[in-house]
Amino acid sequence: MAYSDKVIDHYSNPKNVGTLDKASKSVGTGLVGAPECGDVMRLQIQVDEATGIITDAKFKTFGCGSAIASSSLATEWLKGKSVDEAVKIDNMDLVEELNLPPVKIHCSVLAEDAIKSAINDYRKKNGLDELVFEERIH
Amino acid sequence: MLKLPIYLDHNATTPMDPRVLEAMIPYFTENFGNAASRNHSFGWHAEEAVDYAREQVAKLIGADAKEIIFTSGATEGDNLAIKGVYEMYASKGNHIITCTTEHKAVLDTCKHLEKLGAEVTYLEVQPDGLVDLKALEAAMRPTTILVAIMYANNEIGVVQPVKEIAAIAKKHGALFFTDGVQAVGKIPVDVIADGIDIMAFTAHKMYGPKGVGALYVRRKNPRVKVTAQMDGGGHERGMRSGTLNVPGIVGFGKAAEIARTDMEADTARISKLRDKLENALKQIDESYVNGNPAHRLPHVSNISFKYVEGEGLMMGFNKDIALSSGSACTSASLEPSYVLKALGLGDDLAHSSLRFGLGRYTTEEQINFTIKAVTDTVLKLREMSPLWEMFKEGVDIDSIQWAHH
Repeated sequence: MAYSDKVIDHYSNPKNVGTLDKASKSVGTGLVGAPECGDVMRLQIQVDEATGIITDAKFKTFGCGSAIASSSLATEWLKGKSVDEAVKIDNMDLVEELNLPPVKIHCSVLAEDAIKSAINDYRKKNGLDELVFEERIH
Repeated sequence: MLKLPIYLDHNATTPMDPRVLEAMIPYFTENFGNAASRNHSFGWHAEEAVDYAREQVAKLIGADAKEIIFTSGATEGDNLAIKGVYEMYASKGNHIITCTTEHKAVLDTCKHLEKLGAEVTYLEVQPDGLVDLKALEAAMRPTTILVAIMYANNEIGVVQPVKEIAAIAKKHGALFFTDGVQAVGKIPVDVIADGIDIMAFTAHKMYGPKGVGALYVRRKNPRVKVTAQMDGGGHERGMRSGTLNVPGIVGFGKAAEIARTDMEADTARISKLRDKLENALKQIDESYVNGNPAHRLPHVSNISFKYVEGEGLMMGFNKDIALSSGSACTSASLEPSYVLKALGLGDDLAHSSLRFGLGRYTTEEQINFTIKAVTDTVLKLREMSPLWEMFKEGVDIDSIQWAHH
């Protein structure tokens, strides 16, 4: 199976690889996937508490090229968005942008889950109710 | 000058040796006869060529030419052997013993027969990939008609204790079939010394053409018969009907002859390169060689690089190096290699494996390039891996409650 140029580009030059201080109140961390499934994504957001804007985003991913590209692209999209806007990022937007084939759609779902999980972690730390998302079958 | 891409997937298939192609060419055009045409010179020429190839193939495995049945490949050979024995020896019993690391052509054939009333024992292998002889002995029953254990494994390259397995089968009055696809032409295989009753193998794994294989069927001590799985003209002693693929068979013969004459030199050279590759990659932290290192094909190395995913790893160099991974990220099931799992490897290690299959044309320059490319990519991906970071921080990854999908 050939990868799209965009997947190759994110894989070769991943954006925002790294780690934020997960103990910080302004950082939300999402860790999703499982080693047994061949995909683990950790996505972190740094939120400006005054404005609610995501000022930084970092990821680390264990997985195939499409999983790495999905998380790399997700961090790019997160930066500069408000938390409320970030919740609306849909996995199909990632699929479209990266031209993921059907067998790789689960990579984008994982990235969307990681975003939501990071946002909920941030909300929890700041005394907000966690958002409830629809259960998805991967 | 290093020419890219580099091919290191010789367990999947091999390039054809130019000497093989040269031998085949006349049989597409001027010598196009049907080997079964008994009444004119076109047929005689073709038959003569097939007989010669049969000798060449037989000689490679220490068999008699009459014991070679040409097939379309090893999948057909596996099917013909197992289904053919099941039908032919139905009055003796219905029990077959095989193992969990067999090729799908064997496993799925056994599953098919289970639906028809066969009883099949799937032996677990030991962590090094070898069959436990005591477990085999214990699994034998009075109704056991066939023991089907591969000679060498396609994913990890371990070579089974074939002689001992054959002796156990014989002691209990069962036939011994082996899928010899990966072993024949790579290591010495002798059907007499090894005690093999039936063996499937194929040309394209030994620098011959695709689409032609052989089934060795013993004629003496005991005389073995298999029921044909295709009806037709009764070719190949009635066991495999169908017009013979004369050019393919000629190529197979030549490939077998070259494998026999060049095996020693090829093995010496290739195993040295394999060891160089393996020793260099073992220097990477948390890398593990899969399969028993002492009982292994000389050209194969299967290595897991913990905390990086195999397909992601391959993407780092797959435009320059062709090899194969135990990761199944592309398959809908997301299941990693069943062979690696059968060794008791955790899914994480199974997902993290690469199979290197070297061959006749592999050079030291290619191996040097591969060592560097794989090492660089593993290190790069580990910097990107949350699991590597946790490992480095001393977090026990197994203790985390992962959300399973």
